[in-house]
Amino acid sequence: MKTLKILAVFATVIAVSAFAIHHKTEAVILEGYEIGDTATDFSLKNVDDQLVSLSDYKQAKGFILVFTCNHCPYSKAYEDRIIALDQEFKGLGYPVIAINPNNPDSYSEDSFEAMKVRAKDKGFTFPYLIDEGQKIYPQYGATKTPHVYILQNTTAGHKVCYIGAIDNNYKNATLATAHYVSNAVNELLEGKEVSLAVTKAIGCSIKD
Amino acid sequence: MRDGISIPVYNFSGLEPLLTTDNDTIRIINFWATWCRPCVVELPYFELINTKYKGYNVEVVLVSLDLESAISSKLIPFIKKQQITSTVIVLDDVDSNTWIPKIDKEWSGAIPATLICKGGECDFYEQSFTYMSLEAALKKML
Repeated sequence: MKTLKILAVFATVIAVSAFAIHHKTEAVILEGYEIGDTATDFSLKNVDDQLVSLSDYKQAKGFILVFTCNHCPYSKAYEDRIIALDQEFKGLGYPVIAINPNNPDSYSEDSFEAMKVRAKDKGFTFPYLIDEGQKIYPQYGATKTPHVYILQNTTAGHKVCYIGAIDNNYKNATLATAHYVSNAVNELLEGKEVSLAVTKAIGCSIKD
Repeated sequence: MRDGISIPVYNFSGLEPLLTTDNDTIRIINFWATWCRPCVVELPYFELINTKYKGYNVEVVLVSLDLESAISSKLIPFIKKQQITSTVIVLDDVDSNTWIPKIDKEWSGAIPATLICKGGECDFYEQSFTYMSLEAALKKML
């Protein structure tokens, strides 16, 4: 039991702060966006050191905004599918923008430098932004990675049209039978309402 | 099976009966994974509860959401190294949009998450626990 006891003592210190964080997160969940809300724009640093905002995209009809990160196995499992979504929908007016919401102090694998390496290695075709100071993800109400928000540009602003998972099989893209994000964007492109606007999936909790 | 440890793998319909107990038993069901740091941090508290409340019909079940491919490479070595004594099972069910709301309709899918069940009722917590807060949540059910 020695290992465990040492871990327990060590963990107490961390857990006290983790518990404090929890209360903040709980409030955030309540304040997060619901379908139909207008999402905030942002100005966040991309892996090429340039700032990126939604308003930079003059021609976009909307966005596939993905909160994701380096360290999470579920995020890794979806990387190729996120690239595929960008390739499929960027030309149709719905580009992917990825945001890493994690504090790099919690996971060194999620540092800005590590993001640069990951984006290059995987050949990301979309911006991969760091939410410095963890200010944007709480406004959206993202709780985990990957967590997708589909926004539609309207005269009133960026309307939240979908919140949730990419598809219904994190293990194997070819075995997925419901492609939530593709379906939602296709429905928006056809001028329809999104028929399945909220889905749930397991993900790695976002760390402040 | 590795190092003499074998972890049962459930889908949601296999797990679902665990959410109901007889009226004398409390079952604490913690959803975690080896890659989830806040989950690993709180595991010792679940272990302590499991040991301390054994005589009070309290049972801890640690439901790992590690990918099936990580069971022998990550999960079993972790259980061995940390000398976990609570029951560990793996939940392997990709259709999470169906089963997550059955655990709790408010659950976003982020872990750690914990159920404390007695009879047909469960309290649900999408949060990290300290030992004190976990014991307090348990005592509400005792």
